[in-house]
Amino acid sequence: MTATTAQRADAETERSARQTKSTRRSDRMAGKRRSSTIIVTAILAIVALYFLVPVYWVFVASTKSTEDLFSTYGFWFAPTFSLWENLSQVLSYDGGVFVRWFLNSLLYAGVGGVIATYFAAAGGYALAKYDFKGRNFVFGTILGGVLVPGTATALPLFLLFSQMGLANTYWSVLLPSLVSPFGLFLCRIYAQATVDNSLMEAARIDGASELRIFHTLGLRILTPALVTVFLFQLVGIWNNYFLPLVMLSDTELFPITLGLNNWLSQVDRLPEFYELTTGGVLLSVIPLGIAMIVLQRFWRGGLTEGSVKA
Amino acid sequence: MTTTPVATGTAERQQPTELRTGKPARARRTRGAARAPWMLLAPFLALFVLTFILPIIVAIGSSFTSVRRSGLFGEEGVTSEFAWFDNYALALADGNFIASIGRMLLFGVVQVPIMIVLATVLALMLESASARWPGFFRAAYFLPYGVPGVIATILWSFLYVPGLSPLFDVAALVGLEPDFLGAGSVLWSIANIVVWSYTGYNMLIIVAQLKSIPVELYEAARVDGASTWRVVRSIQLPLIRPALVLTTVFSIIGTLQLFAEAQVLMKVAPAIDSQYTPNLSAYTTAFAYNDYNVAAAQAVLIAVVAFALSFIFLKLTNRKSA
Repeated sequence: MTATTAQRADAETERSARQTKSTRRSDRMAGKRRSSTIIVTAILAIVALYFLVPVYWVFVASTKSTEDLFSTYGFWFAPTFSLWENLSQVLSYDGGVFVRWFLNSLLYAGVGGVIATYFAAAGGYALAKYDFKGRNFVFGTILGGVLVPGTATALPLFLLFSQMGLANTYWSVLLPSLVSPFGLFLCRIYAQATVDNSLMEAARIDGASELRIFHTLGLRILTPALVTVFLFQLVGIWNNYFLPLVMLSDTELFPITLGLNNWLSQVDRLPEFYELTTGGVLLSVIPLGIAMIVLQRFWRGGLTEGSVKA
Repeated sequence: MTTTPVATGTAERQQPTELRTGKPARARRTRGAARAPWMLLAPFLALFVLTFILPIIVAIGSSFTSVRRSGLFGEEGVTSEFAWFDNYALALADGNFIASIGRMLLFGVVQVPIMIVLATVLALMLESASARWPGFFRAAYFLPYGVPGVIATILWSFLYVPGLSPLFDVAALVGLEPDFLGAGSVLWSIANIVVWSYTGYNMLIIVAQLKSIPVELYEAARVDGASTWRVVRSIQLPLIRPALVLTTVFSIIGTLQLFAEAQVLMKVAPAIDSQYTPNLSAYTTAFAYNDYNVAAAQAVLIAVVAFALSFIFLKLTNRKSA
């Protein structure tokens, strides 16, 4: 993207260089274009400030001691730089419970994301490439699931899981995370557009079983869509709060969202929890922030191709 | 939509093979093709039934049930009976619950358009030739989506609290004394957190659709001498309609689900009570009052309202385009 803009800019300067001796009108056009570039970029930069300032603030706050946090200017660093003390306190507090929460989140989001993507791919592929009785009914029902608010099912799911003895276990958060109706919907669109019937036919003539065709041929062709579905699901589970809040009472099983909120609720009693919470927020924002920046190009790719061909 | 019926296609095209290898091979293949879709769907369907269908049945079932405890502390056993619409009547008679739905409607009417317009404008600006460093800006806008709602709220709550937040120092410079957590303003402070979290995500969906517009259209417009504004109005906006509809429907559903932001801000904002949003209300009914049946009725009502609003919105946009 940046490369193409650079190319575009190069081409523009080249063109304007060639046109220097031509009419005054093209000069005016170039000037107009330059001023619109400045205006647009300035607006984009101001909006970027809005999105980045809170993250900047939490970074500054986590470098301060509790006294400095309240006595010094919030958008600038205090004379004493205590980031490392704060972070080591975050990591070691209560026997390293923060690390445990982080690993729990990683488990829920990572394992949940991978398996949910595989199931959504298999289902979407089946609905796109086979004609069978009840196909429309199954698809319609799943599509209805996209519109059901996740929090509406969480309460009854808790009642159901308590009866099955699953409440307050890893499974209670993991099992619901394995289903992504929206992911299945995306995979179906993508499979319809990209998986070629004649290719499947050729594989069949070679004697490959239907499941094998899906695993070798289907999954490979669906890869761009799978990345998108995986990312959606990963972020969805990582950000989920209501489901673990309803399901879990044991702090050992908490994901990071629940854990940090647990710390925040103690700041009234012990102000040192401000340090723990800001440090913990910083540590949890950094990995996902990096992931977002690195992965956003994949995100775009998968979605675009899906929507172009649909 | 153009899927050819694979099972019948297989049978037809395999006629020559069948002649050579005899019937068993054909029978095995068609049976395999008939069973394959169900085998592929099975894991998804099993979990879908467990985590969507069954909870919905349980919710509807328990919303029509009432539990009666005999004895002073329920020690003489618990009986449940069919209660018709008693729980719904109780939920709807609860003025605070109705108020919370009204509050979310007000919230949605203001917040959703602001967010979608902002996302659209940002997407159009990023995709225009005038923008420098679009990759950097896109990443910056998208970053908050990776910050969980609870953490975003913790972050902003620090910025809303006087004494801790530098925003008050900045506001004092221009002579303002903002109160982010007052009864009248806290709803919009929550709206700000939601806008901050989801604008970049919606923007990315719109950008994806903008990128799918064929280059020839832009070239034709340039040949015709169309202005930038004209291109936006006549080409880009009509063609990104599906993305706008999708993001709006998701935002409507999300608005009615609002929970984490209000629950976390409750600790610093006395204006937020335990029934501030519909979901918070259902959560309180279930876990503070232990009344699962009324909570189930509330959950069903929330889902019905979300579904109805999405449906109305889709109907309206369909009619307009026809």
